[in-house]
Amino acid sequence: MAPETQETPAVLYIDLHLIHEVTTPQAFTLLRERDLPVRRPDQTLATMDHSTPTIPGASFKDLAIVSESAANQISQMQRNCVDFGIDLLDFDSVDRGIVHVIGPEVGATQPGKTIVCGDSHTSTHGAFGALAFGIGTTAVGHVLATQCLLQRRPKTLAINIEGRLPVGVCSKDLILAIIGQIGVNGGTGHVIEYRGDAISAMDMEARMTICNMSIEAGARAGMIAPEDHTINYLQGRPWAPSGADWDLAVGRWRKLTSDDEAVFDKTVTIDAANLQPMVTFGTNPGMVIGINDPVPDGSDDPSFRKALDYMQISPGQPLTETSVDVVFIGSCTNSRLSDLQQAADILEGRQIAKGVRMLVVPGSQQVKKQAESIGLDKIFVGAGAEWRESGCSMCLGMNGDTPDSGLLSVSTSNRNFEGRQGVGVRTVLASPMTAAASALSGKVADPREYI
Amino acid sequence: MSDVQAIKHIKSRTVVMATRDIDTDQILPARFLTATSRDGFGKHLFHDLRFREDGSAQANFPLNDPAAVDCQVLVAGNNFGCGSSREHAPWALLDFGIKAVISTEIADIFRNNSLKNGLLPIVVDDETHQWLLQNPGVSVDIDVAASTLTLPNGQSVDFPIDEFARYCLIEGIDQLGYLQQQFGKIDSFEEKRSWTP
Repeated sequence: MAPETQETPAVLYIDLHLIHEVTTPQAFTLLRERDLPVRRPDQTLATMDHSTPTIPGASFKDLAIVSESAANQISQMQRNCVDFGIDLLDFDSVDRGIVHVIGPEVGATQPGKTIVCGDSHTSTHGAFGALAFGIGTTAVGHVLATQCLLQRRPKTLAINIEGRLPVGVCSKDLILAIIGQIGVNGGTGHVIEYRGDAISAMDMEARMTICNMSIEAGARAGMIAPEDHTINYLQGRPWAPSGADWDLAVGRWRKLTSDDEAVFDKTVTIDAANLQPMVTFGTNPGMVIGINDPVPDGSDDPSFRKALDYMQISPGQPLTETSVDVVFIGSCTNSRLSDLQQAADILEGRQIAKGVRMLVVPGSQQVKKQAESIGLDKIFVGAGAEWRESGCSMCLGMNGDTPDSGLLSVSTSNRNFEGRQGVGVRTVLASPMTAAASALSGKVADPREYI
Repeated sequence: MSDVQAIKHIKSRTVVMATRDIDTDQILPARFLTATSRDGFGKHLFHDLRFREDGSAQANFPLNDPAAVDCQVLVAGNNFGCGSSREHAPWALLDFGIKAVISTEIADIFRNNSLKNGLLPIVVDDETHQWLLQNPGVSVDIDVAASTLTLPNGQSVDFPIDEFARYCLIEGIDQLGYLQQQFGKIDSFEEKRSWTP
């Protein structure tokens, strides 16, 4: 809206503001203190996902909310939305789900939009060629009140992905390999554009997985240029334009590509054709190896040693010898229909290993309904897994879905930080296929053996 | 949140956490995010590093060292504050009494959140960083207006800080006030834009 100067940051107008129960209460308090309304309720999409129970079958009135403070936060979200005139996708909404799953699903996420949310995985929406990034609660208050944000121009990083992904290797493996290559701070200060054959070949859900984890490389945002896949995905969705507006929008969206002669501050190239399924062995997403590679030896580095001590993993061996206690399929990274389908393809007609607990949590109520309509729920339950209501669930365990301390969890989520999934829980990040294969084997497993 | 305290000068001893990539889940674990006010997070700061599972203090954790009492400056390993966008992380640090974090790199969202709350994120060169890591408890002097960090030997090191953020810190100005002054421009921007909701 106003460009940056030496003295002042740019004033960036926000086209879509996504809000959820955890990072907004203090922002609404700020508005009340200053007697300010929400400027654009019509550009605000509200849901509840982080602390919400995923136990199926409970009636909405007696849902098992994990704690009194979580219940209070949820009721405060409901009240804030009523008081400030925002439509909330509440417990009884068929469109409720993880904020980064439902934004695209309802068609609110569109190319060229500026999108923010008090959640770092807002980078997900960059898969549509939107500029989308996470903000803190004070900035959430700024956007609620003014629909604007103060921002400095980021640097640019092009990641070219050459070749096509082999069978059994998916976009989750690719983004883990990228983070392994550039490091968890490799994108700091930058917005990433992902380009190349492997990206062009990907469907929108796979692209969302890539952009979702941009933040795990420290990047402010990750983007993919819109093209046919993007436009076909959006057509007919409730928030997408229709009629003559649709044609105008498509005309605008098709222009939103980097110029051929565009110069990036940094360029990285990755070869997709030689990738293996990837798994993390440490306590950040950059500590990652191919499924058959040995855990590296970094014992002269105290931070590395601390990570391996926490994980109870020794260098020199591949992770395929490591026993698995819990498998989680879900999160804003990997809970969409194609993710569930890939896991179900591995599980179909098989049983998960004795002693393994497997949780499958769809990203939204719509994903849940679609999965049930093609019988995926029956495959999961038949294999011995739990089939849940939608939510963030075991990605960060805010709703009580947490493994016990010390257990090893193979998870399709995005963060293997110490304690992320619960106190003392050891997380191995992997693709839905690898997670499903690991549930069958009882050890971290190569999904290609089950295809 | 509405009252931003002006911050011009910090003079304090340092406490050191040398680990790299300290993420916001370690600074404030997710299970403490259900609060609806911004106060009182200090008691949960670094909870799972500071306390054992039975609730007793972890003796070898730097912030539990009696020498760390009243230290306002945290020196941390590279890439501090990575991960989640939770502003509860800087709130917890401030509530505990930390006013500045020094590292060689500080994650973007954490840095922005810190600046909006009067927690000073300071990025220094490797050499200065190494010296600070190896000499915990030294007294440092931070001048926000001059953007300098002065070490005990009198050596002064410049650190980068966005000019607008520095101005807001020194004057105690909150950025919402600045945005509210733009309402006229925002109105005309919304009238002219190429799409309507």
